[in-house]
Amino acid sequence: MQAFFDAASGAPPHPVARQALLAALDDGWADPGKLYTQARRARQLLDAARAATAEILRVRPDELAFTPSGTAAARLAVEGTRRGRQRAGSTLVHSAIEHSAVLYEAGDDAVSVPVDRLGRLDLDAWRAAVSRGGVALAALISASHEVGTLQPVAEAAEACAAHGVPLYVDAAQSVGRVPVPDGWSLLTASARKWGGPAGVGLLVVRKGTRWLSPYPENDGRDTGRDLPAIVAAAAALRAVAAERDAEAARLAPLVDRIRAVVAATVPDVEVVGDPVGRLPHLVTFSCLYVDGEALLHALDRHGFAVSSGSSCTSATLRPSHVLEAMGVLSHGNVRVSLHRQTTEAEVDRFLAELPGIVADLRAEAGVVGL
Amino acid sequence: MTVLDCLGQRCPLPVIALARRIPEVEVGAVVRVLADDPAAANDIPAWCRLRGQEYLGATTVDGSPAFDVRRAR
Repeated sequence: MQAFFDAASGAPPHPVARQALLAALDDGWADPGKLYTQARRARQLLDAARAATAEILRVRPDELAFTPSGTAAARLAVEGTRRGRQRAGSTLVHSAIEHSAVLYEAGDDAVSVPVDRLGRLDLDAWRAAVSRGGVALAALISASHEVGTLQPVAEAAEACAAHGVPLYVDAAQSVGRVPVPDGWSLLTASARKWGGPAGVGLLVVRKGTRWLSPYPENDGRDTGRDLPAIVAAAAALRAVAAERDAEAARLAPLVDRIRAVVAATVPDVEVVGDPVGRLPHLVTFSCLYVDGEALLHALDRHGFAVSSGSSCTSATLRPSHVLEAMGVLSHGNVRVSLHRQTTEAEVDRFLAELPGIVADLRAEAGVVGL
Repeated sequence: MTVLDCLGQRCPLPVIALARRIPEVEVGAVVRVLADDPAAANDIPAWCRLRGQEYLGATTVDGSPAFDVRRAR
């Protein structure tokens, strides 16, 4: 049986999401902006989904918008704040380990703040970057989507507040998993990461934040609304929020076990990311002299679905910018990310089979003992 | 100085070539790796750190990226 270890890309649908989606397909297909009975029903569903999601995020419902994806939400966060703060400046300060969607949106007018070997933000460099004038926005991912290291959001927010710079937090890997510290002005997330449907992102813009929609014709935030998917996303979030702490307490020791056993049983492996200040469900390691693509295929043949930051596994053939920013090995890289359906038995089978899989690949490549 | 021409090779091949050659040179000698795979700039210094060898830095030879490593032990 296939063990799915790539929840950080998209978790398997939560059973509650499936139920809610099917119900909303029957009940919530009308345009909630219209004035007839079916539309009012759709409007009720949308309002209820927004209220439930806002309550979990501890924000006001009118601060929250649904977008077609986490990527769309990230782009709206950056572009809308740049538009709203034109008079203050145009520069985007961001960590070197933001999601590629944020880096793409950043463009050339940006300052990248480095991270250390564990993937944690350099706070002194961050403070210096947000204190120079002309900064429209500062962007910090809540926790690295590639190595799991939690970022010092509260300290970064303090530095931003001291200089009147809004902070945007990409919380895609944290929502439904771990609490996100306060102090930010904008936040985005993606429903598929918590077991909701793929086509739903969240954008929160706190009151008082200067943000102007790039699509002013409809206030632009609730773009491309797929109401049944939104209802399903909200239902799934409510379910995962209720079981969040218990799941974190169950998955964190499994990740600890992977970190310890991989380091002990696979020769020449570098387990990366902060061993303590990290997400409960995600771990990354790199195997010296092993081709990442070959490793992914071999693991898939053995029934393990994982992701990789190695260049040979990416469309651009570039190594992960996160691993580069940390200065850790990028080849032979594997990211394992767990979810509510992950069992201890699956993890133990992975740990039992991995050393042999890596040894076989090294033997084929003639690199044993190098 | 030993020069390893790994142009056109994808990672981890340039790192493997370096790991094979280092034991063959004297301690203190420098091996230059020519490698245009974008991962080499990251993975050669990372290999040096893991293996306790001395990474001297990157340069350009005839328009191609080159990475110098001194055998430290």
